[in-house]
Amino acid sequence: MTAAAFTFYLFSLSVLAGGLMTVLARNPVHSVLWLILTFISAAGLFVLLGAEFVAMLLVIVYVGAVMVLFLFVTMMLDVDFATLKGEMARYMPLALFIGVVILLQFAVAYGSWAIAPGTETRVAAPAGAMENTRALGVLLYDRYFLLFQLAGLVLLVAMIGAIVLTLRHRTDIKRQDVIAQMMRDPKTAIEMLDVKPGQGL
Amino acid sequence: MVAFFTQNPFGIVLLILGQALLILVPLLIALAFLMYVDRKVWAAVQMRRGPNVVGPWGLLQSFADFIKYIVKEIVIPAGADRAVFIIAPLLTFVVAVIAWAVIPFNPGWVLADVNVAVLYVLAISSLGVYGVIMGGWASNSKYAFLGALRSAAQMISYEVSMGLIIIGVILSTGSLNFGEIVRAQEGGYGLFNWYWLPHLPMVVLFFVAALAETSRPPFDLPEAETELVAGFFVEYSSTPFLLYMIGELMNVVLMCALLSILFFGGWLSPIPGLPDGVLWLIAKMAFWFFMFAMVKAIIPRYRYDQLMRLGWKVMLPLSLGWVLIVAFLAKFEVFGGFWARWALGA
Repeated sequence: MTAAAFTFYLFSLSVLAGGLMTVLARNPVHSVLWLILTFISAAGLFVLLGAEFVAMLLVIVYVGAVMVLFLFVTMMLDVDFATLKGEMARYMPLALFIGVVILLQFAVAYGSWAIAPGTETRVAAPAGAMENTRALGVLLYDRYFLLFQLAGLVLLVAMIGAIVLTLRHRTDIKRQDVIAQMMRDPKTAIEMLDVKPGQGL
Repeated sequence: MVAFFTQNPFGIVLLILGQALLILVPLLIALAFLMYVDRKVWAAVQMRRGPNVVGPWGLLQSFADFIKYIVKEIVIPAGADRAVFIIAPLLTFVVAVIAWAVIPFNPGWVLADVNVAVLYVLAISSLGVYGVIMGGWASNSKYAFLGALRSAAQMISYEVSMGLIIIGVILSTGSLNFGEIVRAQEGGYGLFNWYWLPHLPMVVLFFVAALAETSRPPFDLPEAETELVAGFFVEYSSTPFLLYMIGELMNVVLMCALLSILFFGGWLSPIPGLPDGVLWLIAKMAFWFFMFAMVKAIIPRYRYDQLMRLGWKVMLPLSLGWVLIVAFLAKFEVFGGFWARWALGA
């Protein structure tokens, strides 16, 4: 077995084990941790495919940002395991249905679809002699520039929408004005008074 | 003999293992003395004497601490999640170590010469937050949990601006490889060829972001002892605590290495005529570590809302704006390609 094959089976095994344990783990926090393992192993598989840029992005975006939020939410939630188990029975038919559909899709894919000759060799082929970071950059920023900008615009609109929906400007709390604080000096902040004894201000 | 190490799979694995040890062992020994330096600088600023008992001038203090941590009993709290509690410090340590795989020490002296090295370091440093969150959660303690939450928010906030700052350097170089970034800073004017000059404002920002990313004072909110006892590792003792400590210090040294490579020319010599070499990189890293230690001694701790404000409202807009400016300066090759080193064929 070559080193590449060994690493492939290692990462595949840990993707499968991670995915399985995500579903089977009793503690939701453990589920999220197993899911993180799955993502990291998937990134390893991308590296083996020669797609190192996608692999690193998978780790940075999904593992570094998205899963941290997941972990936050599941850790902060006050989860009652008994009700969780009760609800699981309710969703079981739907889950089984989805499972059967995916199984059928696999059956169709491996049963009747004939893969064109030479596909396997084309899968991992880099675009020309470029390293794939540069190749992706050329595709996104040169050839499909407008589509890429449009996708970014859609995300921006969605983000502004979310902010508008959740933004409440409260007027009943004291706010810190950093500029005003920095501009304070003894002249504007302190007033010297000559207080007469027994009179006060 | 050579064929065994270059062709036989077993030989290749042995070779890589040997190279990894060649990085790791000097690094760990250096860490012991850096920890001593950290404490000595801190003590000197406060006019104390610092560690001065173990060995000459207290030089062996870190080794005494090491033995103490190793032989103590590991205490696992009763309500803790045992598996996650043990894995968390291991994760912090491992993640801190593997980032060094792509750091070049001299031309060709790099364990993995990958062309996405910068992204690799960003990815690995974004994994570091899990050691903290997992440790804080698994301890089943309020202080540890609060420390973990603070730490996670802080690391994510400053990672964004750190990434944007590095993008400026990448725009100037046209490559994600650290070796290429250093080579792009080579030239006839010695230290005035390095990126600190064209990217001057970002050097300051990167240093601040590095302080926040590694939870060093003044941004050590996750372990603020006046509020959270010791933050996310309050329940840790003996070896797991040692792993946390080494992991954190190793991250600090990694940030020193990044500063030296991205902005201060890595192994390049500052004076034209003097030979380049690994000693220059070590000297630069030592200088930046000294700066880290001085900041710890001089600057008081931030308040948490000030930390968040600085991250999102000051650092992020500044670094984002700088990316735009550098993009223009590099595209139109202002000052004869001062910001566009790829155009010079360097």
